[in-house]
Amino acid sequence: MYSFLQKFGRLLVIWLPLGWLCIFFMLPLVEMVNVSMSEARRAVPPYNPAFQIGRDGISFQPVVDNYLLIYEYWEDYLWPAVNSVKLAFFSTLYCLLFAYPIAWCIARSNKSLQHILLVLVLMPFWTSSLLRMYALIGLLNPNGIINNFLIWAGITVTPIQMMQTDFSIYSGMILTYLPLMILPLYASLVRLDNSMLEAAADLGAKNWDIFATIILPLSVPGLIAGCLLVFIPAVGEFVIPALLGGPEQLMLGKVIWTEFFRNRDWPVAASIAIILIAIIILPIVYARYQDKEGIS
Amino acid sequence: MDPFIRIQNISKRFGKLSAVDNVSFNLERGELFSLLGPSGCGKTTLLRILAGFEKPTEGYIEIDGQDMANVDPADRPVNIMFQSYALFPHMSVSNNIAYGLKRASLPADEIKVRVEELQRLVHLTEMGERKPSTLSGGQRQRVALARALARRPKLLLLDEPLAALDKKLRSETQFELVNIQEKLGTTFIVVTHDQEEAMTLSTRIGVMDNGKLVQTAIPNEIYEQPVTRFVADFVGEISFLEATVKERIGKHWLMDAAAPIHAIGDKNLKSGMKVSLAIRPEKITLTPQSTGSLNEFPVDIEDLAFYGAGTQYKVIGPDGMKLKVYQSHNQPSQANSKKLEKGFVHFLPESIIILQG
Repeated sequence: MYSFLQKFGRLLVIWLPLGWLCIFFMLPLVEMVNVSMSEARRAVPPYNPAFQIGRDGISFQPVVDNYLLIYEYWEDYLWPAVNSVKLAFFSTLYCLLFAYPIAWCIARSNKSLQHILLVLVLMPFWTSSLLRMYALIGLLNPNGIINNFLIWAGITVTPIQMMQTDFSIYSGMILTYLPLMILPLYASLVRLDNSMLEAAADLGAKNWDIFATIILPLSVPGLIAGCLLVFIPAVGEFVIPALLGGPEQLMLGKVIWTEFFRNRDWPVAASIAIILIAIIILPIVYARYQDKEGIS
Repeated sequence: MDPFIRIQNISKRFGKLSAVDNVSFNLERGELFSLLGPSGCGKTTLLRILAGFEKPTEGYIEIDGQDMANVDPADRPVNIMFQSYALFPHMSVSNNIAYGLKRASLPADEIKVRVEELQRLVHLTEMGERKPSTLSGGQRQRVALARALARRPKLLLLDEPLAALDKKLRSETQFELVNIQEKLGTTFIVVTHDQEEAMTLSTRIGVMDNGKLVQTAIPNEIYEQPVTRFVADFVGEISFLEATVKERIGKHWLMDAAAPIHAIGDKNLKSGMKVSLAIRPEKITLTPQSTGSLNEFPVDIEDLAFYGAGTQYKVIGPDGMKLKVYQSHNQPSQANSKKLEKGFVHFLPESIIILQG
């Protein structure tokens, strides 16, 4: 057994997760591309697969009708897309503004405190995100805790409208996604050698100058990772705006959901999802490519 | 005339622990001063106090007539070269060197001239565009030195400047460092735990032990006339003999150790005093036969180590008295003395260091 592990241990460590990724991540994605190029029908499943292996052998008859349909009605999809990107962009921005000082404080505190603070950052993940949203509604409602307090304290006479506003939506987004921004930022800030900051101070740099010339440039990898970790899921988010925002906030995620479950038009839903993925992935791939060019 | 740098009664306490304990010394302009001591003796804390990263609990620092008490690290006429070098990994060599000059808001063309000048000084003219990660250890050390010198500090602090280099590079860099220091005339304080490094680099050495400055003197004096057992033991090889002062005979004091020993010492010695006698291995002569000299006794040779230029012996004298003896191979016959098992050692009364208390 021991010699087996020694021989194949390295292969196992690499190929096992890779195989898992291939089966449970790549294949569904391929299947979604397949669905997006299939014809819808009233049956189970509600589409006629473009690629299938059956009794008649292998057949592959892709159609682009679904993509053409989206192209034809592009105005219907444009606003949800703009809403989604806007939501994701500002959520990422606000998360960054909140997360940076927090990550910095954690990274600069002593080791034993660091562990406690990191657990506190992760604590919200221990309860369901839906529960946390309802808790937030309980706080922000016209007769919620905050308004009741403000009225009791005589600060306001009528309750302040906080629900169904941008404020409530972004509160929910920050509440959900902040840890995803804090963790990679913390990881790159904690590696920052303290003597580097002292060297900068010794060479005449004051606080703000040290931040702009040393800390910020050296935390760029964590910053990019954090932004991607927040932006990507935030683009597809529709539960939080649906619960906390007004009815006019139509998100792309909601459109996909409607196509899938209300219209049962899986091919169109899959096509929108694929387009969304392409819109997100292409800039990243391009950025990585530019990065590699720059180094060599 | 007032000293260029005055360090007076500096103490630093962390809670109950005293990291630096009432340290005072003065420096003249252009000195290369070494703070020597084992790790944890407080030398790095003292350096950080001078750089302004730590506030002393007590004491006073004056540089060129200016009180440093309320001056930020950024505004002190002091720069530091870190043991880890702390180069900025995202900046090129020339941007690293220019960093301090840019903070001083010098005009761009003057910065360019001075950076080129510094790159020439540390022999990195061709390396300006390289990133620190692509340089060798020695090159990084020189970038760190150039960066620390860029603002023309009145005092340059170097924290273990050679510790990260391998042995051969270390001795080359040592001389280079002294060269640059002499060329610029900047006052240097070097922190090191390496006594050999301190000896070859410095004009003066301060030996620290447990937060206290035990002795401040030129290298030669530190080696030949250590004032405490700690200094004698820390700097170079040495053997100790416990003895009692017996009587004064002419210029000599007769000491009662395992064998009677003649030594030269102060007038303040008194009969019956307990003292430690210290003697360096190279001051002892080992001979196969008795020569009838003063301070001679028979020994058994317990162990020897061949060093090329010489041999170090561990010998045991009367009453289990242990001595280290170093014989240099300046005569061909002596290289054969390996077979020796018994012999005689003798040394001059002048070679003995008498340590009281």
